[in-house]
Amino acid sequence: MSELTTARQPEEGEEAQPARRPADLLRALFVRLGVLPFLLVAALVMFTLLSDQFLTVQNLVNLLRQSVYLILVSLGQMLALVTGGFDLSVGTIQAVTSVVSARAMSSLAAGAPEAVWLPVLAGCLAGILAGMAVGVVNGIGVAYVGVTPFIMTLGVQSIGFGVALFLTGGVPVSGMPAAFSDTFGFGTLLGVPVPILITVACVFGFWVLLDRTALGNYFHAVGGNPKATLLSGISNRQVLMMAYLLCAGMAALAGLLLTARVDSGEANIGGTVALESIAACVIGGVSLRGGLGRVENVVLGAIFIGLVQNGMNLAEVGSYLQMVVLGTLLIIAVISDQLRLRYFTRA
Amino acid sequence: MASTSDNGVLLETRGLTKRYPGVLALDGVDFTLKAGEVHVLFGENGAGKSTLISILAGVQLPTSGEVRFAGAPVTLDSVRAARKLGISAVFQEFSLVPTLTVAQNLFLGDEPRRHGFLDRAAMKRGARQLLGQLDFPIDPNATVAFLPRAEQQMVEIAKAFRSELSVLILDEPTASLTERETRRLFALVEKFKAAGVAIVYISHRMQEIRRIGDRVTVLRDGRRIGTVDARSTDEDRLIEMMTGRPITEIYPPITWSPGEPLLEIRDLTTAGGEVRGASMQVRRHEVVGIAGLVGSGKSELMRAAFGLLRAQSGSVHFRGREMTNARPRQLLEAGMFYLPPDRKEEGLILSHSSNANMSLPALRRYPLRRALGLLSNMARNQLSEATARKVQLAFKNLGRPVAHLSGGNQQKVLFAKGLVHEVDLFVYDEPTVGVDMGTRSALYALVKELCETSSGVVVVSSDLPEILHLCHRVYVMRRGRLVAELQGEAIRESNVLQHFFGEDRTA
Repeated sequence: MSELTTARQPEEGEEAQPARRPADLLRALFVRLGVLPFLLVAALVMFTLLSDQFLTVQNLVNLLRQSVYLILVSLGQMLALVTGGFDLSVGTIQAVTSVVSARAMSSLAAGAPEAVWLPVLAGCLAGILAGMAVGVVNGIGVAYVGVTPFIMTLGVQSIGFGVALFLTGGVPVSGMPAAFSDTFGFGTLLGVPVPILITVACVFGFWVLLDRTALGNYFHAVGGNPKATLLSGISNRQVLMMAYLLCAGMAALAGLLLTARVDSGEANIGGTVALESIAACVIGGVSLRGGLGRVENVVLGAIFIGLVQNGMNLAEVGSYLQMVVLGTLLIIAVISDQLRLRYFTRA
Repeated sequence: MASTSDNGVLLETRGLTKRYPGVLALDGVDFTLKAGEVHVLFGENGAGKSTLISILAGVQLPTSGEVRFAGAPVTLDSVRAARKLGISAVFQEFSLVPTLTVAQNLFLGDEPRRHGFLDRAAMKRGARQLLGQLDFPIDPNATVAFLPRAEQQMVEIAKAFRSELSVLILDEPTASLTERETRRLFALVEKFKAAGVAIVYISHRMQEIRRIGDRVTVLRDGRRIGTVDARSTDEDRLIEMMTGRPITEIYPPITWSPGEPLLEIRDLTTAGGEVRGASMQVRRHEVVGIAGLVGSGKSELMRAAFGLLRAQSGSVHFRGREMTNARPRQLLEAGMFYLPPDRKEEGLILSHSSNANMSLPALRRYPLRRALGLLSNMARNQLSEATARKVQLAFKNLGRPVAHLSGGNQQKVLFAKGLVHEVDLFVYDEPTVGVDMGTRSALYALVKELCETSSGVVVVSSDLPEILHLCHRVYVMRRGRLVAELQGEAIRESNVLQHFFGEDRTA
């Protein structure tokens, strides 16, 4: 019926583009990088003014060392977010890993006191596997059964925490070989703390994964438009499964390193990490609607959160107020995400 | 190139049937596709075209019946399986990932790799080559979300050309292309045709069907009505086959007796620059059309009048009152109704029933709202039934979620929203986009009734016949400006088109 319907207006090439005002530049920067650069500058200026110990080499190295645990979890969390979901159970995964690895190590060490490394390695393996098992449950629920990520990981979070408490009776597990804590908690290699080395390796690995492999593309594709991904002959289920599995793996690794740091297996080791990791990702420009997110920005986001906590500690801000600040930052990040997406689709 | 069976048939379906819960989408369809032909699928929405092509493309499996490729039965249980045979589809709704780049989208699911890692250089090279071969001027590194719609459509098309082709399925590919881009696409189709590729082409546009089609298969209610020669079959015959009834008047004659002015827009410029210096007027008892290409500002002019876009200068008067930059709610109360062009995006709450959608604008008023702000469900149902009768919506649809209705019925519900309270001016923005012929004539009859008995009507439309046959007066917009006002005999296709393109007409 309609021989001439929607045809697009020819582009207007002849009209001069208006000169860019500073506000436009800021907006373009915001669309490209997200809210993080602005927050980072604000925080650096504020804490430098508030405390003269803040901007010292020693404090900054300390800050980095404290941030690695959150960086690791945030890397995993990013995968869940990029595919359009999220993982609320990362804290539980840390707890399960911590408890299981500590338990395995202490009982193996008690059984064979002369072998040092066997219990450590076996314990690490057991802890990581236990944590990833939680990820498998999440993955099955989200990818194969179709439970929304919110409910699935919220439920698993409660289940896992209960299991971790049950395994320990609520009492921290001790009696691990000293080598474990000495190496993974406080060890250094060429003067660099081991947790930082492991984290650097993971960051690099994630960058390769997301930037240089097909699977990395698929994480973005599933979150950006699941239907298009399916029509391109990709198994969305496998991609989602991998996302939750790798997310759990990273949380487990962080849990293991934390266990080494505190030298005991604790069920309540990952209390606020779900909130913090989601905040780190969103502040780092990962869209809650999926499809957008870059490794380097997430790392910066996690460091930013560490920086805020470190700065507030130095400025003697009480821990109760710190919770208020963290929650506020998360909400600011989400609002800016919405703004950014609006500009993004309109640009 | 795959071999064909003796009579040149490359792809064939036999007794293809697809049953959804409660719906028979395809009913024993026999369809043959020859190598080197452009085979047009023609039919109303819901006739089964989409189901047929999605089965051919491997998106879904038939309930029964078989698909034969080059003479042998095949199971197309995935997009990958279809693509292995060289069957590629360009779907109507965009199947691109907006957050990925053009190159990433083009190779999604089939990325070039080296040692297990992405070979990004090869990917970009391949993308550039593919786009260059199609003569599409698109940067492979651009993020898809940033591209204009026409360019997104080009990427979509390029995606299908990625692999070795034997069957190409195009679902209304020209919907957002300019005339020039359309010609480029057709040249390409000709090229592939000459190379022996079989092409399935879905289109509603008669001109296109005659321009590139070889054979036309008409579907109605999931059944194949017939297959005819594209060039020798005339338009009326095709529409008869499609609708299953003789052509009566689709566009009813509407009496023109303009009354007092309802809407007056003076020298209006929007803050975003979509509309620049536009002045127009609409009176009671007339149908005024606003025509123009996509991006000409025709929709934005009415959205600004309804308070959805900010006016920077100029004024909007409605029924004698100045209402520049008033809120949509104030304009609604004053008696203006705006029907948005995208019913799923802006028009309807898809998970709610037709009843709930229709009565939503009336909830704040008597008779629905009674003492203490309580709602009367009885009044609500009565109102919905009365309104459903006006738009010829079957009562059985009232309780069902709008998402489950056909496009035509959804559009009827959207029209009904304007009929549940007093309205003096109806503004219909793309009133019949994606609706079948039956719904079309029902809606046109409603426009006639509204115009003749009570109101003024504005029709913003990209559908030229609608502008030509329905409107008493037509404003043509180009690049944000009102460039012409046509009346009576002057409303002719050639006239309107000339103003669409202006001096720089390329067609």
